[in-house]
Amino acid sequence: MFRALQFTFGAAIVIFLLMPIFAILPLAFTSSVFLNYPIPAYSMRWMHELTTADVWRTSIVNSLIIGGGATVFATVLGTLASLGMRKGALPMVGLLRTLFLLPMVVPAVVLGVGMQIFLVRLGLASTYLGVIIAHAVLCIPFVIVSVSAALQGIDPSIERAASSLGAPPVTVFRRVTLPLAIPGVVSGAIFAFATSLDEVVLTLFVAGPNQRTLARQMFSSIRENINPTVAAAALLLIIGTLCLGGLAALLRWRQKRSALETAPSAI
Amino acid sequence: MRPFIQFESVSKAFGSLTVVNSLDLAIEKGEFISLLGPSGSGKTTILMMLAGFERPTQGAIYLDGKRIDHLPPYRRQMGVVFQNYALFPHMSVAENVAFPLEMQRVPRAEITERVERALDMVKLKQLKDRRPSQLSGGQQQRIALTRALVFEPSVILMDEPLGALDKQLREHMQLEIRDLHKRLGLTIVFVTHDQAEALTMSDRIAVFNAGRIEQIDDPEVIYDTPRTRFVAEFIGETNLIEAKVASVDNQVARLSLGAGLSARAHAGNGLSAGQTASFSLRPERIRLGAAPGGSNALDMTITDCIYHGDHMRVQLTRDEFSLVARCERLAGNWAVGAPVVASFDPSDCTVLTQ
Repeated sequence: MFRALQFTFGAAIVIFLLMPIFAILPLAFTSSVFLNYPIPAYSMRWMHELTTADVWRTSIVNSLIIGGGATVFATVLGTLASLGMRKGALPMVGLLRTLFLLPMVVPAVVLGVGMQIFLVRLGLASTYLGVIIAHAVLCIPFVIVSVSAALQGIDPSIERAASSLGAPPVTVFRRVTLPLAIPGVVSGAIFAFATSLDEVVLTLFVAGPNQRTLARQMFSSIRENINPTVAAAALLLIIGTLCLGGLAALLRWRQKRSALETAPSAI
Repeated sequence: MRPFIQFESVSKAFGSLTVVNSLDLAIEKGEFISLLGPSGSGKTTILMMLAGFERPTQGAIYLDGKRIDHLPPYRRQMGVVFQNYALFPHMSVAENVAFPLEMQRVPRAEITERVERALDMVKLKQLKDRRPSQLSGGQQQRIALTRALVFEPSVILMDEPLGALDKQLREHMQLEIRDLHKRLGLTIVFVTHDQAEALTMSDRIAVFNAGRIEQIDDPEVIYDTPRTRFVAEFIGETNLIEAKVASVDNQVARLSLGAGLSARAHAGNGLSAGQTASFSLRPERIRLGAAPGGSNALDMTITDCIYHGDHMRVQLTRDEFSLVARCERLAGNWAVGAPVVASFDPSDCTVLTQ
């Protein structure tokens, strides 16, 4: 009885969470010009619109440029930060870590206002670089969490062994630490890209008309001329996110498997 | 001329905690020395200072006449074997073994050849393409050892290398490492908390307690004539006897053991009548019989008899005085409660300083 209740409740929550997604997806294939049910007939016209109309095409390209740029920035900086906070040589590492993770909890609006003022002063407002920097700030915490976890899994005596066998610090990093941490770096990069992809609020503050990302374009299209292209764009985003999520899960699975394998088995 | 490895009044403190206290230690080339002690006695810290992972707070370390305590680990040319093997999990066995040679910029072709030869030596050539995770614990340990040997370092350092193996394999590896040491003329510094391991393998043993060397000597000397109470108790099993010295005559002390018993023991110098002293008497030195069988013969009662397969441990008492004896299983059939005479010679007892 209790189990049945548990099951029903669980299913209800899953449906509640997934409903919006299922509600919007079929509309990507409607033949009507309105974003509502019932769907008169299925057609690819809005998918076609998404990939051919200039505003939409530019916004997809923008999303890829900005997402890619932010991912590179965040991955490099986040990995360096994780390495620096790892050895415990720094004072107040706990405080530093909290500061680095702050962009995860600070409201995006607050970040956005601050970032806009800051970027205007630097002359980077409404530039690709400006948007990339703003997105990178938001992405860094994801990289740090993921890379730190990977670094924590490395047995320090492995690096000591490398050093005793004649490897200077840079070689130890290149030949041992980095190869062992790379799954964490890659999954951090994936999360960073996914974060940049669906970021709207910051983009509203710092991006000019030339840096409209896909998410930003969806936002304005809903307000200006609502039509089912939004649904098509949503479908694209969901597919992208699913692919990234799947990649991350695959990586984590492989990492777990190799971790199991490295556990010393005494015979 | 300095010894091959020399610690000169080396101290190491972590914050207010002194782990190694003004250590002087000399190790000769080709020697197998064990640093033996309970955990927290400073033995691993000493090894880490020698390898270069820790820097001494005070003092100097010399290798082959050159001061090395300021050198980073990768400039010291020492092969380190860790307890958990510390193999590179993302490299194959052959790549692991090749790593130190690559660091020395040995030509490719020579690397391949030397790796083959080294793996041949430990009879694991057929595993060269495997990942460490696909090997058993003993095989991993052998690869770790090979990796530490292949670049012909001046010293091999081992930090409890056999701690994670089961008993049978551990004993097998002990003999294998001892054999390698003899065959290749290696200088080995071996850290362990297992006294049996240290006795089996070493040319010399340094027994550590609380950051100091309690005694450093050949295994036989350490076992037969422990100098301090700590060494006597840490190495093997022993009877610690607290006794009053009744008289000293020609370096032989007459002890009153209590319960009306007395015995004679080799006292060495520095004991005088009326003093209380501790002695160590190894259980296997005590002979049990119906009649006296040595110059000391104590009438005791058997209170317990424990079967150990190849030997028996016999618990003896007389009032408040008690002894443990170890004897051959076939030497007699001892019933609990039976009277027995425990005999030993004065030279079987060792005076301990505190």
